[in-house]
Amino acid sequence: MSARQERWDKWASRGVQVGFLLGLVLLWYFATTKWGVSHLLLPNPVKVWQELKDVLATGEFWPDLKITLSELAIAFALSSTSGITLGYLISRSPYLIRVFEPLLAGAYSVPIILFLPLFVLFFGLGPGSKIAIGTTISFFPIILNTVAGFGYVDRIYITAARSMGASDWQMFRHVLLPAALPVILTGLRIGFTVALLSILGSETIAALGGLGHRIVHLAEAMETARMFAYIAFAVAIAAMLNTITSSLERRVRRP
Amino acid sequence: MNRQGSLGDLQRALLRRPWLARLLVIAALLLLWEAAARWWVDPIFLSPPSRVLASLDTVFETKGVPAALRITFWELAVAFAMSVAIGLAVGLAVGLSRFSNRSFMPIILLLYGTPQVTILPLFILYFGIGPASKIAFGVSHGIFPIIVTVVAGVQNIKPILMTAARSMGASRWQIFRWVIFPHMIPSFFAGMRLGMTGVLLGVLLAELYVSTAGIGHFTQMFTQNFEPTKLLGLISLLAAMAIVLNEIVRRAEVHFARWRMD
Repeated sequence: MSARQERWDKWASRGVQVGFLLGLVLLWYFATTKWGVSHLLLPNPVKVWQELKDVLATGEFWPDLKITLSELAIAFALSSTSGITLGYLISRSPYLIRVFEPLLAGAYSVPIILFLPLFVLFFGLGPGSKIAIGTTISFFPIILNTVAGFGYVDRIYITAARSMGASDWQMFRHVLLPAALPVILTGLRIGFTVALLSILGSETIAALGGLGHRIVHLAEAMETARMFAYIAFAVAIAAMLNTITSSLERRVRRP
Repeated sequence: MNRQGSLGDLQRALLRRPWLARLLVIAALLLLWEAAARWWVDPIFLSPPSRVLASLDTVFETKGVPAALRITFWELAVAFAMSVAIGLAVGLAVGLSRFSNRSFMPIILLLYGTPQVTILPLFILYFGIGPASKIAFGVSHGIFPIIVTVVAGVQNIKPILMTAARSMGASRWQIFRWVIFPHMIPSFFAGMRLGMTGVLLGVLLAELYVSTAGIGHFTQMFTQNFEPTKLLGLISLLAAMAIVLNEIVRRAEVHFARWRMD
């Protein structure tokens, strides 16, 4: 394929993308203004935009955002410290890896969101149950990746470092950690994402505050336009957090 | 002396058989749970595993629970079937042409990356509180991993295979049937496994959010009535259902991906 056609192709696919999104918005607009779709089901996009501006300008999102972010921070801190510590301890022995890895992988394949009613029973409707579910769900990818990272370092590196007389600390700092870090970071990123999703989800199901709860509250009050605005806000926050974590991952990974 | 000898035997037996140690770990966790439930925790919050197991039949006898389990199973099955069918069709349509791949893949990845839980209330608003909203939400979670893996599977075929087939005069259908299709199978099944995880998550989330006759209704009822025995029984049944469904798809993946290893 010639360079010129390549360039044309690229512009054409950009055009299709923009056209697709524009078409979607237009469809949405005409559905609400011309074709008489009830504004309770689908609010006018202009109205949603105004509501979003209002939400941002008045700053009424702060209390809910603070609740969601603090739940996320606590859950992630708990799951990453416990996951990395336990994962490291297990990874020190091939025998322990063989015993625990299938158990952890098996537990990871159960949809842990099932335990939410139990956590609500234990910790109540407040932030406690959200922290518990976020911690539990993000614990598994973190510990599994930590075990994989530390446990499967190429034997040659370890033997070489040993034969050159590396101390335990040197071994950890200069051989094990650099080899394991990329895998652990991937685990941390996955853990962060699933913690955020499960916290938003559990706020949707049963909560007293938080972004997920606000969206449900507006849905029940049939304030659909404001609900759309909050959905857009929550999606933007999630996208922002995910971008930050992936760029952090990339930065740490590049030595 | 004798005791030490038998301890040594045990240690050696454990070292040789990791699965035995695995069983011991599970048994220890169950014992811990049993002890915690019997002596340390208020019985309105937690009940011991022995009692949960013994009263599984009372869970079944609760009016509506068998029907709820059946409904949930059907929601999962229908959502999974729809995810696979639509995911495969969209994946092939997007993956088979370079142009559509380039145009639509970024949009699909963007949608895949957005947290769908935030729009769960919308699904209820549009599809009602019956099974339709659960199925739709399950499909919204299951469809994207299937599309993405199908596209990846179609794209990863070595160009030389396509060129060879074409130069031997294969028709478009023949290329699809004999080159693309067999190469797509392993990633398609990997996608189905991820899709099943997504469908389980989506359907269960929607069930827990609002439900009139499904299992979400009963988990909520047992939670509000402080009946941990029944709640734990129901959760165990659902977890077992999830494990079985996951395992079926995983087995299928191993089975159909085998030809590549040879």
